[in-house]
Amino acid sequence: MEKSLNWREFVITRAVKASGYSAIVFVLLIFFFLMREGLPAIGEVSAGNLFSIRWYPIEDYFGILPLITGSIIVTIGATLIAVPFGIGTAVYISEIAPRWMREVLKPLVELLGGLPSVVLGFLGILIVSPNLRILLDLPTGLTAFTGSLLLGGIAVPTVVSVAEDALDAVPRSYREGAWALGATPWQTIWRVTLPAAKSGVLTAVMLGVGRAIGETMTVMMVTGNAPVLATKLGSLFAPVRTMTATIAAEMGEVANGSVHYHTLFLIGIILFLISLTVNVLASSVVFRTKKRAERILS
Amino acid sequence: MNKIIIENLSLQYSDGTESLKGISMEIRQNAVTVLFGPAGGGKSTLLRCLNRLNDLTEVRSNSGRILIDGEDILDPKTDVIALRRKVGMVFARPVTLPMSIRENITYGLELAGEKRRAKLNEAVERSLKLAAIWDEVKDRLNEPAIALSGGQQQRVCLARVLALQPEIILLDEPTSGLDPISTGKVEAALYELKKNFTVILVPHSVQQAARTADHAAFFLQGELIEYGDGKKMFTAPKQKKTEDYIMGRFG
Amino acid sequence: MMKLLARNRHSVQRLGYGLITLMAMVTVVPIVGTVLFILFKGGSAISWEFLTGFPHDGMRAGGILPAIVGTLYLTIGTAIFSVPLGIAAAIYLSEYASDNRWTRLIRLAIINLAGIPSVVYGLFGLGLFVLFLQFGTSILAASLTLSIMTLPVIISTSEEALRSVPQSFRTVSISLGATRWQTIRRIVLKEALPGILTGVILGLERAAGETAPILFTGAAFFLPRLPQSPFDATMALPYHLFVISTQVPEMPIQIQYGTALVLLIFVLTMNVIATVIRSRARAKRQW
Repeated sequence: MEKSLNWREFVITRAVKASGYSAIVFVLLIFFFLMREGLPAIGEVSAGNLFSIRWYPIEDYFGILPLITGSIIVTIGATLIAVPFGIGTAVYISEIAPRWMREVLKPLVELLGGLPSVVLGFLGILIVSPNLRILLDLPTGLTAFTGSLLLGGIAVPTVVSVAEDALDAVPRSYREGAWALGATPWQTIWRVTLPAAKSGVLTAVMLGVGRAIGETMTVMMVTGNAPVLATKLGSLFAPVRTMTATIAAEMGEVANGSVHYHTLFLIGIILFLISLTVNVLASSVVFRTKKRAERILS
Repeated sequence: MNKIIIENLSLQYSDGTESLKGISMEIRQNAVTVLFGPAGGGKSTLLRCLNRLNDLTEVRSNSGRILIDGEDILDPKTDVIALRRKVGMVFARPVTLPMSIRENITYGLELAGEKRRAKLNEAVERSLKLAAIWDEVKDRLNEPAIALSGGQQQRVCLARVLALQPEIILLDEPTSGLDPISTGKVEAALYELKKNFTVILVPHSVQQAARTADHAAFFLQGELIEYGDGKKMFTAPKQKKTEDYIMGRFG
Repeated sequence: MMKLLARNRHSVQRLGYGLITLMAMVTVVPIVGTVLFILFKGGSAISWEFLTGFPHDGMRAGGILPAIVGTLYLTIGTAIFSVPLGIAAAIYLSEYASDNRWTRLIRLAIINLAGIPSVVYGLFGLGLFVLFLQFGTSILAASLTLSIMTLPVIISTSEEALRSVPQSFRTVSISLGATRWQTIRRIVLKEALPGILTGVILGLERAAGETAPILFTGAAFFLPRLPQSPFDATMALPYHLFVISTQVPEMPIQIQYGTALVLLIFVLTMNVIATVIRSRARAKRQW
């Protein structure tokens, strides 16, 4: 009996260990298959074409600059919304809200994180964009700004829970020390608690940005899908096309192995590398909020 | 008769804390041997060597030998599972497992492959009686053990160890969290136990050491300062350091 | 002077608190609003026929049964792959792994898996499962893709649940002659189960609502019958909502709201179950 016990223990230990290492394998697999399908594009599309401002695959124009600027402008807009509201909500939940309120708000924010992005996109088309069009007197409501607004909502839960965790981790004694010195609770939040949670809050912001760059369905549905180079502030209120939306919209219609197909994978590689950078940076900034950050990411 | 022979045992944890420095001693069968001294002296570490519980901790170096019935238990080939059944341990805080009282007692036996209902029931009754708690819990064996008082829980923990019919029982400050009445009950149980078991106790006070020791060993900063007959140790210690400690001059 | 300063400080305090509270409300109210709005608008579309019928007239009439069943299949398929693997990986990290370079690498990999955009998962699934392994556009390929995407959520929440089980239980169990695995199976897993379950459901909830990863790996625009095998493509609620709200002209608004509502109920139910399991376990926990 002891023998079979040892044997079982050995097998299970190995299986469990392999499962742990599978995470590394999957990242490598993803990278490998993106490279396999995407790298040929570099040989097939000239650099001049690739870094031009015209994306029109039917006539072999594969300029990814408008897609990159599209992603950037939508993401900046979303960040400007998600960061103040996210951190504000986190401060409210962790520092100000009475206990019962906290118990209500936390699941609600979590719920927002769980809302399918396609539902938000649907409401974006039906409610947000027509109203924005009228409100801002635009030719169309499907703009980068519409995307930013909804994307901000999608990134908020990430920012809230990571930032709230960082605030929670600030020892109570810091706050009590500040109160003892005569600081008001408000001053304590600004001068003591937030600075002490700085690195965690920074992580929250980065993860929020990462979440926004990678979002696909909502932006595809509400940003108007026009691959136009976004160069000025006014572009915020014009239709754009992000990298993610381009892949999602066009991959279904391309022939496997075509130049267009390879180029879409190349865009995937760019997205992969961006998320890799954001996440490596975010995780190296802070270790205290690491656990929560892992869980909440994306 | 010597049950355990410790030869030149040294141990250091990876974080550099509490260590043992060249301990050699013999532990008698059917007696209560008390390991006492100030905190951090190596008493608990020594206990955890005797059932290889230190395997769970990051240990930097471990040398020397521990012979139980003539076999070196630090040998890598030792069957540690069998060893831990033979050398039971009661911890400082009463930690009942999150299950019923009965399941707490039968846990070790079931792991050892015992499935016969009658055997298990018999073990439950026998060990709870031996730990002097049977009368208090016999009508509520299927209730969660966590509902018991601290003192009762600690005796259930003792019974849980006894159910495995060990030969050696290690107790690491088993009464540290208990009130005097519960402490008295546990100590009374110990007195009964030494007839059939080899008991090694880390007491939670010098008074308890003096009350319970057949043999006593004084540990200070990882070294064995003095080891001998329990009565003599607490009335006429040979070493100055031992005397200072017993008289309450430090520690 | 001091008095003035004090009054000033207090009005700043009040103003600041008011502002923060307002921000929190602006964040939260639309969530509730969204849910209520869809419940309200979609409610009238829900009928027995809508839930159990097939779409017809170019999806402009009829029900959404194939999309409901498809999402169910995809969620179950995702669970089959990601739950055992995710829990096992969490067990490794919490119970076996020591803090060395490899473990840190695993953690970094998990963080990265969590951050990869869902559409990139779609590309990966297309490259590996659909084309290289030749599963075709199928439930199998889509489920596998969703599984890998869900994995980091399940691993991280499960690990947290496992770590919250007191160390003393493990020590006691080992001291009673249990092996490491026996300890995990009989004590640690049992105690961590509610936490693990919560994480699993939250992970699957995300998978159920995702569109981008299944776009090129398993989603079908329209199918006249239910999928017959894991190698068939399938309709799915989120993709169907995308299709009928952007790709089909003159789509009756009722059907759109109805579909959004069914998807929302699907996701909300999972969310509520997860929340309830967690809070009940917290109330019951005695350590």
